[in-house]
Amino acid sequence: MPFETVLELRDALDGGRASAAELAGRALARAAETADLGAFVRLRPEDALREAAESDARRARGERLSALDGVPIAIKDNLIQEGEPCGCASRILEGFVAPYQGTQVARLRAAGAVIVGRTNMDEFAMGSSTENSARGPTRNPWDRERVPGGSSGGSAAAVAAGIVPAALGSDTGGSIRLPASLSGVVGLKPTYGRVSRYGLVAFASSLDQVGPLARTAADCALVLEAIAGHDPADSTSLRDPVPHYTEALSGSVEGLRIGLPREFFEERGADPAVLACVREAVAELERAGARAVEISLPHTRHAVATYYLIATAEASSNLARYDGVRYGRRAAASSLGEMYRRTRSEGFGPEVKRRILLGTYVLSAGYYDAYYRKAMKVRTLLRRDFEAAWDRCDAIVSPTSPEVAFRLGEKSKDPLRMYLSDIYTVSANLAGLPAVSVPCGFARALPVGLQLIGRALDEETLLRAADAYQRRTAWHAARPEAVR
Amino acid sequence: MSPAPAAHPDYEVVIGLEVHVHLATESKLFSPAPVRYGDAPNHDVHPVDLGLPGVLPVLNARAVDLGIRAALATHCKVHPRSIFARKNYFYPDLPKGYQISQYEEPLATGGWLEIEVDGRAIRVGVTRIHLEEDAGKSIHEDAIAGREGSHVDLNRAGVPLLEIVSEPDLRSPEEAGAYLRALRQTLRYAGVSDADLEKGQFRCDANVSLRRHGASALGTRTELKNLNSFRFVEDALRAEIRRQAAVLDAGDSVQQATMHYDSERGTTRVMRTKENADDYRYFPDPDLIPLALDPAAVEAARRALPELPDARRARFAREYGLPAYDTSLLTESRALADFFEAAVRSMPARSGEPGATAKRVANWMLRDVLAQLKEGDREIDATRLAPEALAKLVALVEEGRVTAASARPLVAELMERGGDPEALVRERGLEAVSDASEIERAADEAIAAHPDVAAQVRAGEAKGLNFLMGQVMKRTGGKADPKRVREILARRVAAR
Repeated sequence: MPFETVLELRDALDGGRASAAELAGRALARAAETADLGAFVRLRPEDALREAAESDARRARGERLSALDGVPIAIKDNLIQEGEPCGCASRILEGFVAPYQGTQVARLRAAGAVIVGRTNMDEFAMGSSTENSARGPTRNPWDRERVPGGSSGGSAAAVAAGIVPAALGSDTGGSIRLPASLSGVVGLKPTYGRVSRYGLVAFASSLDQVGPLARTAADCALVLEAIAGHDPADSTSLRDPVPHYTEALSGSVEGLRIGLPREFFEERGADPAVLACVREAVAELERAGARAVEISLPHTRHAVATYYLIATAEASSNLARYDGVRYGRRAAASSLGEMYRRTRSEGFGPEVKRRILLGTYVLSAGYYDAYYRKAMKVRTLLRRDFEAAWDRCDAIVSPTSPEVAFRLGEKSKDPLRMYLSDIYTVSANLAGLPAVSVPCGFARALPVGLQLIGRALDEETLLRAADAYQRRTAWHAARPEAVR
Repeated sequence: MSPAPAAHPDYEVVIGLEVHVHLATESKLFSPAPVRYGDAPNHDVHPVDLGLPGVLPVLNARAVDLGIRAALATHCKVHPRSIFARKNYFYPDLPKGYQISQYEEPLATGGWLEIEVDGRAIRVGVTRIHLEEDAGKSIHEDAIAGREGSHVDLNRAGVPLLEIVSEPDLRSPEEAGAYLRALRQTLRYAGVSDADLEKGQFRCDANVSLRRHGASALGTRTELKNLNSFRFVEDALRAEIRRQAAVLDAGDSVQQATMHYDSERGTTRVMRTKENADDYRYFPDPDLIPLALDPAAVEAARRALPELPDARRARFAREYGLPAYDTSLLTESRALADFFEAAVRSMPARSGEPGATAKRVANWMLRDVLAQLKEGDREIDATRLAPEALAKLVALVEEGRVTAASARPLVAELMERGGDPEALVRERGLEAVSDASEIERAADEAIAAHPDVAAQVRAGEAKGLNFLMGQVMKRTGGKADPKRVREILARRVAAR
C-alpha cells in the first residue's frame, strides 16, 4: 500500500484490513527497493516490527493509543531516540548512541507510531539539498539526478517515494518546507516553541523547529497533534494548549484573507514557471472564497543576510561540544590542541566548517555589534513587518522555493546561490511563525510548492487552507514515475 | 577617624575582587543532577551536564532565589529582567564548549558591603552579581599514580555559582582579606552558600593595580586567579604589589596580564598577557528565556532575609550589653549566634541582671565552647551540645553545685556525646563539696602538713594562702567551692 496517507492507513488498521506488522514490513521492503534514493541512513527492521506487533496487540485489546497507532513513521537523523545512533549525517558523531530519550520520539511512541528508521539530511541540517551528508546525497524520487531539497531531504524523499506516509523533519531556515516543495509533499514548520526541541540536535537554537512531512495537510495535522505541546525540558516551549488540528479542517477558506507580499512576487531570480504555479494556486484559493490582498514585508529583503548571521553565530556555539572528549569521533593526537584540531577537521564537512567559521567571526570582539547585534535588530523589524501585515490578512502566500529541484552538484560549488534557495522560507523562522508548503503544480515535470505563513500559534488556519486547497486539487496525488 | 595606613609608601594600592561562590542547592543550575561532594567521578551527571547532542538547560528556581538573597544581603539592586549568555571557549572540562553565564544584563548591580579594618569601617562597593554554571574538573596524569593521560570529572559541571564582583575600593591586602571574610560570613548568614573553602565553594580572583599617591587615573591592573584561601589572597596580593612596585620603580610600565601566584616562592609570574586573552564571543543564550523577576517577590525575599552579621552584632551589644570583642566572636556564624541566644534564653531567670546572665553565658562560649570548636575545626551545629545543656551547666556553677574547675572539662564531653549536664555531674561524682566539716578537715590537714606556710600567712603573706588553697583543692578533688575554701582556710589558719 505505498503512497497511502496516514488517514488511509489508520482506516485500514481500524477496519482490520491491515496490521501494523504488515505496514511496517511493507515500509521496510519499500525502503530496501528504493535504497538507491539514499533516503535513509538507518532502518530499524527488528525494532520496527516489534513495535508494530505491540501495536497490533494493543489494537486487539481495544487499547489503540491514537490515530497514529501502528502507522510507520520515519525520523530525521538529528532527532534523539534512546538506544539508537544519532549521527546528524556527520562523521563527527560516528559511534554515538543516544543514552536518553528525546521528547519528539517519546511523543510519537506514546501515540503508538512505529519508527521505521532515520532519514538522511544535510550534515547538522546545514544545507538546502541533502548533498552535504557524510552518508552521501539523497536523490529526488521525481528525478534521481536531482536533489530532493534540504536539509530534511531524506524525510521528504521517504514520503515522496511512498515508503512512509509521514516523517519528522526539522526546519531552521526552510529545511522542512524546501524539501517538501522540491519533492512534492506537504511540510509544516510549526510556530517556534510549539514542538519541544529537547532531543533535536541543535543547529540554530532560536530558529530550529521540528515538524511533520506528509502527503496531505490532514496528515500533518495528525502528526503535529501528537508531537506538539509544552515540555518542561525546553524553556522555550510554549504553554498554550494544543488544539485538535484535525477538527479545524473544515474544507472552507471562505473569507480567508491571503496576503501576497510585493517583495516575494517581484523577487528577481525566481523561476517564472514557479511563480505562475503559485499565482494559479492563489486564483484557486480565491475561487474557493479566499480574498487576495497585496501586502508589503519590506525587511524581508534583508532576511537571508540576517538569517545567515544569526544561524551561523548560534551554530558556531552549538557545535562546539563536538570536541572528541566525551563521545563521537576522536582523532589520535599528541596534544589537546591537536586533538581538537584534527577531530574537528576530520569530523566536520566543508559546509559545516564554513558556517562555524562565519559564526565565530560574527560573534568576535569588534564585529559583534556590526553583525550579530545588527542582525538581531533587523530580526525585530522583520517581526514588526509581519505584525503589521496581520491587520490586513490571515495568511501570507509565496513560492516555497524560487525554483524547482536542481541537479545534484549544480550549486555545491556556489554557497551563495545555494543560500538563496532559502529566500522565501527564512523569514518565518526569524519571526518564529508557522509555515507550510503544499504541492501546487509542476514546472518542467518537477513539483512546485506553495508556502503559506500564518500568525504565531495559528497552525489551524494554515492547515485548514492547505487542506481546503488539497481537496480542490490533485497535485499531491501525483506519484513520481521513477519509483512508481 | 584616621585615614588608612598606606599599604605601600610610594604607591596607592587599588584592589577589586571577583568571588565565585557555590549556591546551596540540591540540584545543578540547569539540570536535575544532584550537587554532592566526594562522589565517584562522573557520578552526579545528567545528559545536560554532559553536553550531549539535543539537550537543553532548564533554570533551577532555587538558585535564582539564593542569588536574589545574596544580592539583597549585599544591598544590590535586583533587576526585574536579566539575560543568560554563553561564554564560548574550548576546554575538556567544559562539556558544551561554552559556559552559561550572565553578561550584559546581570541579576543584580550596585550594592555594598561594610567591613572593618583596624577599627575603621569601610564601605566596599559591589559592582554586580550574576548567576553562572561551574565547569568540571580536569585531573592530569601526574595527579593519579599509574594512570595515563588526563581525566575529566563532570560532577562539578553545572553546579550553580554566583559571581560577585567588587568595586576597586580596597586599598590593601588586609582590606581584601577583611572583605572576603565579611562577604563569606554574610552569604553564610543569608543561607546562600556553605562557602566551604576546602570544597571550592568560595573562590577568589583579585585585580590589583598601583598608582602614585594622589593620582586620579588608575594604573594598569593584573589579575590573580583561583586564590582559594584568605591567607593565600593576602600573600599573593603582597607579592604582586611588590612586583608591580619594582616594575614602576624601574621606570617601566605594568603590562595587563593574568598572573600566577607561586606560594612556595612567594612570587607572582605572568601566566597570560592581554594579547593572548581569549575572545569569549558572549551572546545571549537562545535556549533560555530572559529571567523575569516579579518586584513583589523580590520585596518578599527582602523581608524574609535573616538578620545579617552587622545587625546582629549591634543588637548583641545593645540587648546584652556585651563588649565589641564578644559580639564579634559570638556572631562569627549564624549557628553560633543562634546557639548563644538560645542558651541565654534558657538560663533560669535571676532578678535584676539580664546583662550579667548573658555575659556569663558569653564567657563560657568564648572561653570553653569556641576553644573546643577551634580545636576540632568544626561548627557548633556539628556538635551534640544543646544550648539548654550549656545554660544548665552555667547555672549549676552559679548555684555552687559544681565548681567551674569541675565543669569545664564537661563542655568537651557534652559536645562529643551530648546529654544532661546535671546527670553527668552526678554520674562523675563532681558535685561540689559543700559539707563544711569536710573542707575544715582538709584545711587542717594542709596546715598541719605545711606549718611554715601557715606561719607566713599568719605573718601577712597572701601568697601562702593561695598555696594552701591549692592543697585543699587537691585534697577535695577540685570539688570544693574555692570561695568557701578561702573563708575556711583563713579562719583555721588564724585559729591556730
